[in-house]
Amino acid sequence: MSIIIHKNTKILVQGFTGKIGSFHAEEMIKYGSNVVGGVTPGKGGMTHLNLPVFNTVKEAVDQTGSSTSILFVPPAFAADSAMEAADAGIKTCVAITDGIPSHDMVKIKRYMRRYPKDKKMGLVGPNCAGIISPGKSMLGIMPGHIYKEGKIGIVSRSGTLGYEAAQQLKDLEIGVSTSVGIGGDPINGSSFRDIIEKFENDDETIAVLMIGEIGGPQEVEAGQFAKENMSKPVIAYIAGLTAPKGRVMGHAGAIVSAYGESAIEKVELLKECGVTISKNPSVMGETVKKVLVENNLN
Amino acid sequence: MDIHEYQAKKILSDFGVKIPTGGIVYSPENAENKAREIGGSKWVVKAQVHSGARGKAGGIIICNSPLEVADATDKLLGKKLITNQTGPEGKIINRIYIEEATDIKHELYLGLVFDRSSESIMVVASTEGGMSVEEISKEKPETIIRSKIEVAVGIQQFQAREIAFGLGIESKLISRAANTIIGCYKAFSELDATMVEVNPLVVSHQDEILALDCKMSFDNNAMFRRDEIAELRDKTQENSNEVYASDRGMNYVSLDGNIGNIINGAGLAMASMDMIKLAGGEPANFLDVGGGATPEKIVKAFKLISMDTKVKVILVNIFAGINRCDWVAEGIVQALSKIEIKHPLVIRLAGTNVEKGNEILKKSNINYIEASTLEDAANKAVKALG
Repeated sequence: MSIIIHKNTKILVQGFTGKIGSFHAEEMIKYGSNVVGGVTPGKGGMTHLNLPVFNTVKEAVDQTGSSTSILFVPPAFAADSAMEAADAGIKTCVAITDGIPSHDMVKIKRYMRRYPKDKKMGLVGPNCAGIISPGKSMLGIMPGHIYKEGKIGIVSRSGTLGYEAAQQLKDLEIGVSTSVGIGGDPINGSSFRDIIEKFENDDETIAVLMIGEIGGPQEVEAGQFAKENMSKPVIAYIAGLTAPKGRVMGHAGAIVSAYGESAIEKVELLKECGVTISKNPSVMGETVKKVLVENNLN
Repeated sequence: MDIHEYQAKKILSDFGVKIPTGGIVYSPENAENKAREIGGSKWVVKAQVHSGARGKAGGIIICNSPLEVADATDKLLGKKLITNQTGPEGKIINRIYIEEATDIKHELYLGLVFDRSSESIMVVASTEGGMSVEEISKEKPETIIRSKIEVAVGIQQFQAREIAFGLGIESKLISRAANTIIGCYKAFSELDATMVEVNPLVVSHQDEILALDCKMSFDNNAMFRRDEIAELRDKTQENSNEVYASDRGMNYVSLDGNIGNIINGAGLAMASMDMIKLAGGEPANFLDVGGGATPEKIVKAFKLISMDTKVKVILVNIFAGINRCDWVAEGIVQALSKIEIKHPLVIRLAGTNVEKGNEILKKSNINYIEASTLEDAANKAVKALG
């Protein structure tokens, strides 16, 4: 098994008929993802990419039986769409949108808490590349062909750095069970910890590559979780060794504001948790390979 | 986005926080009049630049007559203030804030930020006002009070009271202090702020609770619905290349080195900077042209990098996904037909259609050094420095 998305996962696209939504919906379909329709308020009843368009997420869920969505709605309306998904019974929502205000993210997360655990939506992103379970399904905007099917779980804040890792692994003939982009925003739906826990419970995944960066506490929280709860090896790379303090480095969440948030501090704290560090971004693949050999997992 | 002290004070006073009487001036002549208008016998002349630690840098002057106010204003206006936060280039003083001096009994610290762990708004307070929060947490961590606010319901009176009592404020002033804290919270939550810092918050001998210095930052992502805040932006306080970039949708941070970078994706950009450093070089900038890396963006990026006089070598590192390498390569060729680059150029393409992309670059008449991996690119860039 992979995590979160599988071969037959039924996918709804929120912001389906827009330019970006259409483009990536087509890419997902080409990859083999089971896209079953989309939502654009006011365009219900139309057919787009040979698939039905619905006015509301509730309607789309009722008609298609889907419980997974991907969101391309512009920042000003994204929070509303995410909450609509949570209310309509969507269990996994991947928000690709870049530029959602932090105050809106806090609001979405509070809203999601209204639902009991078995009905609660899992949000991934925003400002992320999405999820891919190679050979099975793609719920994101990544170039699918760089991912080889296999047994390494990848979780990354950055999109392109996640691609870099997948490519390095592929060049070494190492495949990926699932790759999850959690996004570069300071407040996000799923944390590193949330995702590595899923990898720990996934039969198919044998090791996890975590790609973090400066800013925020999530890498170290994941390291502590791994130390206490994980049997599978965790390899990490942290970007931003050269980033100056107090400056936002592209991702809104990439800012060092407290102890433990710089790359050097994160690397030290992760080492203490028993995480193997890829000392530079060029050797992420090699480091994974080395760990697999050491643990007789190859 | 940061704003000036006087702008932040105006906002907080709209939310019921008391501030000393003051006014903004742009010339020494106005300064003298403004001081008379404010009244009293002692004034504080404050340079308005986007930086803390202005006092230590000579940007805050206490004056005993309107004439002294005019002299102090004359001395500061048009100068660059160099603080331990501005870097050696300093920041230009174009505006002066004049305030009546306050008769201070206690100096306190009050700050509000997002707490990324609990995803709530955190109020941080301390009895040690006047020091930076970093200094307080190093030297007097026991004085720090933290209170998490549940954003769904907002700050409650009891929470504000708890903080006020924790700061040792006298009983008769508790409700005043609590209202000050609540006002700051409301400004934070209603205006898409990411930081409110009142340092110091003071108790005066006249039993007033006053915001004596104040900093506010706002979420750039929320500016689409905050026209009134976006209007407060002062571009003279930002690096001119950074302003150029942000106005064109690029994420750019100017750094001290001499290897200019053009990269797609923030994570990959940080990683490339790290590789440059490991290879023995220093990056001149952080630049993320966005996951897309369209030809138009590449042209703009080359323009931006060529504006930076520190740059001696340019490194382009693009991981093309949906945007194929051949398309990116065409963008680079196009860009270089429009802009003349005098420095050595290292290009590393990776991802979709990488062979096609490299072929396009080779067939063009661009003078460049081809690199295959991140490490190779960084090594070649450092070597090209000579």
